[in-house]
Amino acid sequence: MKAIYGLYETPRGAQRAFNGLREEVQVRDITVMSSEPLEEWEFASQDRVTFMPWIAAGGAAVGLISAYLLTAVTQQTWPIRTGGMPIVSNWTNMIILFELTMLGAVLATVLTLLFTARLPAKLPKIYDPAVSDGKILVGVDAPADSQLASIERALHSGHPIAVHRKP
Amino acid sequence: MMPETLAVADRLSRDLLRPVFQTTGKFYALVVILGVIVLSGLATWGYQIYYGFGVTGYNWPVYWALHETNFVFWIGISHAGTLISAILRLVNATWRRPVTRCAEIITAFALMIGAMFPLIHLGRPWLAFYLIPYPSERGIWPNYRSPLVWDFFAINTYLLSSLLFLALPMIPDFALIRDRATGWRKKVYARLSLGWQGTPKQWHRLETAMHIMALAILPIAVSVHTIVSFDFSMAVVPMWHSTIFGPYFVAGAIFSGIAALIIVMAVLRRAFHLESYLLPLHFQNLGKLLLLMSLLWGYFVFNERLTAWYGNIPHEMNVFWSTQTGEYAPLFWTMVLCNFVIPFPLLAIRRLRSVTTAVLASCCVVVGMWLERFLIIVPSLSRKSLPYAWGSYSPEWPEIVIMVASFAAMALLYVLISKVVPLISIWELKAGEQPAAHSPTSVHEAETAGELR
Repeated sequence: MKAIYGLYETPRGAQRAFNGLREEVQVRDITVMSSEPLEEWEFASQDRVTFMPWIAAGGAAVGLISAYLLTAVTQQTWPIRTGGMPIVSNWTNMIILFELTMLGAVLATVLTLLFTARLPAKLPKIYDPAVSDGKILVGVDAPADSQLASIERALHSGHPIAVHRKP
Repeated sequence: MMPETLAVADRLSRDLLRPVFQTTGKFYALVVILGVIVLSGLATWGYQIYYGFGVTGYNWPVYWALHETNFVFWIGISHAGTLISAILRLVNATWRRPVTRCAEIITAFALMIGAMFPLIHLGRPWLAFYLIPYPSERGIWPNYRSPLVWDFFAINTYLLSSLLFLALPMIPDFALIRDRATGWRKKVYARLSLGWQGTPKQWHRLETAMHIMALAILPIAVSVHTIVSFDFSMAVVPMWHSTIFGPYFVAGAIFSGIAALIIVMAVLRRAFHLESYLLPLHFQNLGKLLLLMSLLWGYFVFNERLTAWYGNIPHEMNVFWSTQTGEYAPLFWTMVLCNFVIPFPLLAIRRLRSVTTAVLASCCVVVGMWLERFLIIVPSLSRKSLPYAWGSYSPEWPEIVIMVASFAAMALLYVLISKVVPLISIWELKAGEQPAAHSPTSVHEAETAGELR
């Protein structure tokens, strides 16, 4: 068996199925999919710990250092001599430093999003296009055959509109 | 999500995906008309490159004129989207949901069009790579003290950030189209959606990323128009060398940006029958912002003019009087009329507030802000410090055709993107219309049952 899942019309039904899977069947890896964020509900609040803000700050630091190297170091290596003006002009370099610092933060954020959300990826077997119509999918990917009956019972406890098994 | 909410979700998807899946004859006609105008603009640019700048109205001492006006104007318009969208996201303004994508698209396209004008202004655009920092074998590096190099960094940072800010929330909507499409379209959207599934982890990461990017993009947007103002204020030219130019440009950019957003929203509302989504409330709220910016703009103009007048420096006064009572006075007073005198009552008097008046005020503001850009650039160059360096400027047909083509390009890009992506973010609207989770009764019940976090 590759996957078993139920499709729910309401978050409450999905929550009941989720509770049943977790407490009665003791399933740890429960798959939930929805067409919108439902973070008020416990079933949709898994994996909320992220270091993304810190990684963005790290990206900003990398951008800042790169900008410094690009400006100050190259200005010293290939000096442009103009009367009365410094070779390394910190006031004007600050503009480049600022832009590249922010760019570093933005790029680090996007890369972290793609990496932690596992994008791009192939759609898993358990995916159902009904999710795009507003249904909520709760299921188990690759369950043990011995648990199938109890999983199906737990899924039915949330009154799904359908329960599917994918071989 | 109750069954009625499923019906709402279905209606949202049906209404907002209609332009993506259904193509009418009007669409093709519009693409052809706009395409012809854009192509004529490109051909005119080619003509200008081939025959040189002699075919334009550019002449000593006015070497910056209509192309630069359009550059500053379009960069200003770009402040509509990402800046407004980022502010509304950060303050969690729920009415923002139908507005943000329309606004972010304006930013991306206006920046692309605006960034073209420095290239169009170059007599030899193939030498534009001189601005890109790379280790040349001739030992020449771009001068980091030059405002034009600052422009390169600022505009490219803003463009890249804005494109990402626009693209990330499109991923769930691409997934929605993927699941409804067939044939080649399904394959294309399967790639564009990057395999989006809508797991809680993906939603959470997306929303965290959007929040961080909103925080980062605000100072970037402010910096971009400040740096565009430095193109002028760093030069010792009468009425340019002013410390007020940074905030004055930023305020003007937001002002023209909001006006452009209101116009675009009104056109989309009419063209795609989005009356149920782009409500009078949205126009009223944006109208209030426009009113605020109109007052701020008036305040900045008064500050700038009063300081110049009080200083009474002869070469500044020459420029000053040329705009107040001289040859540029008709343009100056039209600008004041369009940016303040007309919009103020239309937006301030409650009885007059409507979608139509908001659009009318916005049209005036767009015209007024274009004139403002022109009046910042041309009078100062035509009345430089010594009278022997005085001259005048009137545009020739190449600048005008290119300008008209830039407006057509904006419209064309908008028409084309309406076939690719829903112009209103569907998943964000769905999240805003979720009575089951948000109504006090159900929240209380759910908390009792221990289901809510």
